[in-house]
Amino acid sequence: MAVLLLGEVTDGQLSVDATAKALTAAKMLGEVTVLCAGAKAAEAAAEAAKLDGVKKVLVAEDASLGHRLAEPTAALIVSLAGDYSHIVAPATTDAKNVLPRVAALLDVMVISDVSGVVDADTFERPIYAGNAIQTVKSGDTVKVVSIRTSTFEPAGAGGSAPVETVSAAANPGLSEWVEDKVAASDRPELTSAKIVVSGGRGVGSEENFALIEKLADKLGAAVGASRAAVDSGFAPNDWQVGQTGKVVAPDLYVAVGISGAIQHLAGMKDSKVIVAINKDEEAPIFQVADYGLVGDLFTVVPELTDKL
Amino acid sequence: MPPMKVLVPVKRVIDYNVKVRVKADGSGVDLANVKMSMNPFDEIAVEEAIRLKEKGAVEEIVVVSIGVKQAQETLRTALAMGADRAILIEAASDVHTDIEPLAVAKLLKAVVDAEQPGLVLCGKQAIDNDMNATGQMLAALLGWSQATFISELSIDGDSATVTREVDGGLQTIKVKMPAIVTVDLRLNEPRYASLPNIMKAKKKPLEEKTAADYGVDVTPRLTVVKTAEPEGRKAGIKVGSVDELIAKLKDEAGVI
Ligand SMILES: Cc1cc2nc3c(=O)[nH]c(=O)nc-3n(C[C@H](O)[C@H](O)[C@H](O)COP(=O)(O)OP(=O)(O)OC[C@H]3O[C@@H](n4cnc5c(N)ncnc54)[C@H](O)[C@@H]3O)c2cc1C
Ligand SMILES: Nc1ncnc2c1ncn2[C@@H]1O[C@H](COP(=O)(O)O)[C@@H](O)[C@H]1O
Repeated sequence: MAVLLLGEVTDGQLSVDATAKALTAAKMLGEVTVLCAGAKAAEAAAEAAKLDGVKKVLVAEDASLGHRLAEPTAALIVSLAGDYSHIVAPATTDAKNVLPRVAALLDVMVISDVSGVVDADTFERPIYAGNAIQTVKSGDTVKVVSIRTSTFEPAGAGGSAPVETVSAAANPGLSEWVEDKVAASDRPELTSAKIVVSGGRGVGSEENFALIEKLADKLGAAVGASRAAVDSGFAPNDWQVGQTGKVVAPDLYVAVGISGAIQHLAGMKDSKVIVAINKDEEAPIFQVADYGLVGDLFTVVPELTDKL
Repeated sequence: MPPMKVLVPVKRVIDYNVKVRVKADGSGVDLANVKMSMNPFDEIAVEEAIRLKEKGAVEEIVVVSIGVKQAQETLRTALAMGADRAILIEAASDVHTDIEPLAVAKLLKAVVDAEQPGLVLCGKQAIDNDMNATGQMLAALLGWSQATFISELSIDGDSATVTREVDGGLQTIKVKMPAIVTVDLRLNEPRYASLPNIMKAKKKPLEEKTAADYGVDVTPRLTVVKTAEPEGRKAGIKVGSVDELIAKLKDEAGVI
């Protein structure tokens, strides 16, 4: 079987981590061709070609593909779909935007956020904020699947796949890009970091979030947040961890001033080690924490940062 | 541009506060006698439609729900918030039957063809199946533009400018109208329906249809093989001090 994997390309750069994790799942389904699309994508394609187990890389460069707009990207994938039994992508916001559109154009269902591959037709995925894991078998001719990256190890390097150029499909011209607001940061990326330190409503303000950031920097960690912290303006939206934010599974997750609502747990409960710092000893977060410290974060966090 | 009609699909789902239980036989999640509510994202979509109407950009708000007969209650809630008219498409008789996004999108396309709205406001995802697909699928079937996961919306004649919540931060795009918009949590805070409005909503029109009326086959493409509890996680220990925590993380867990 032949699998088309949509590489995660942002402004010409391949997100190697997300793509390599989805590749691990894609390889269980058949021979993998990676598609790199963008206004510029040649460099991303060269990176993708180095991933272990990639058979071929397709590169599509066109101005219309520059900002991951759904309509031209979906049109491109549909134009290539005939050759593949599976169309796969890491379950990023870009893929969640594009893949259902692709699936509907092919008159098949999309299978979102797959956390396990049983066989070429059968997949596991979390439902109800991860309160249940459903196994579904697809009867469709083409399987369109997004992969939850937090559950797959990244494929290694060492490949040298051939790169072929394909042309973009006609741009439906339905939308245009205006602006990206991306905060530049030297910290590791949330979904690939080995350690994540997250703050919740208990942190109290945007200024106080510096406490969380200092602890994170001491640990070389990424910074996360609960929805309440983001809604309150303490932290930017792309830090949100949970059912409707990012899903992370680092070696160490430190939850500070977070109560542990099920929607938050949905995004972090597969972390290897969980630490909770909360002044309420009844907080539900302690039910999933390996190490709980009951205390006031305003004394505990600075002390921890100092002593590390 | 004259004020337009807005269509808002609303799904009846298990209330987000309910602790979900997987049925012992692995056949699904227990939905008998649990509190059901409108999908939280759809409340935000209804609220946004009402705000657009209050600003004069929208003339009529039509809400649609697809599923079991009981989805009427969800529609009445939307009417009580301020929607004008409701359509129930009965497509299942058992509360445990979930209609897949592809079938929902096909039914919604039929409704769009009949109602000719200028805008469809969907939720970004249903909190039961967590699919995040219906809006995008509907946009594909109609050949319309799509603006997903939005936290800001402004409509300006024949285009709309939206801010989208994406992995890297925020993205602003401009889409041609008519458009499919899927809303994220930070777009607005939905209002509660007042008692008088709840009473009034009982008299608002609610049309009952079936999937067959639209000639749409809702047979699922995905067969559910089984539904299981996720791997549990046991509570660990409480440490008494920062020093003890550091020692545990270094020596026992080996993660720092
Ligand atoms: C549809 C839907 C989707 C959602 N998606 C998400 C999601 O993706 N991610 C997410 O996080 N949430 C999500 N939520 C929200 C979720 O239900 C909770 O409301 C949210 O996670 C609560 O955030 P919190 O724990 O920071 O705040 P709270 O629940 O208010 O908890 C604050 C905690 O801080 C502690 N605290 C306060 N002061 C101190 C102090 N000085 N020292 C130590 N501890 C202190 C308190 O004891 C408390 O436990 C969603 C909700 C809905 C309805
Ligand atoms: N059965 C349904 N009835 C009405 N609207 C629905 C239904 N299923 C999905 N939707 C709409 O599509 C959005 C996304 O759902 P989903 O693709 O299932 O995650 C929801 O927030 C609703 O706006």
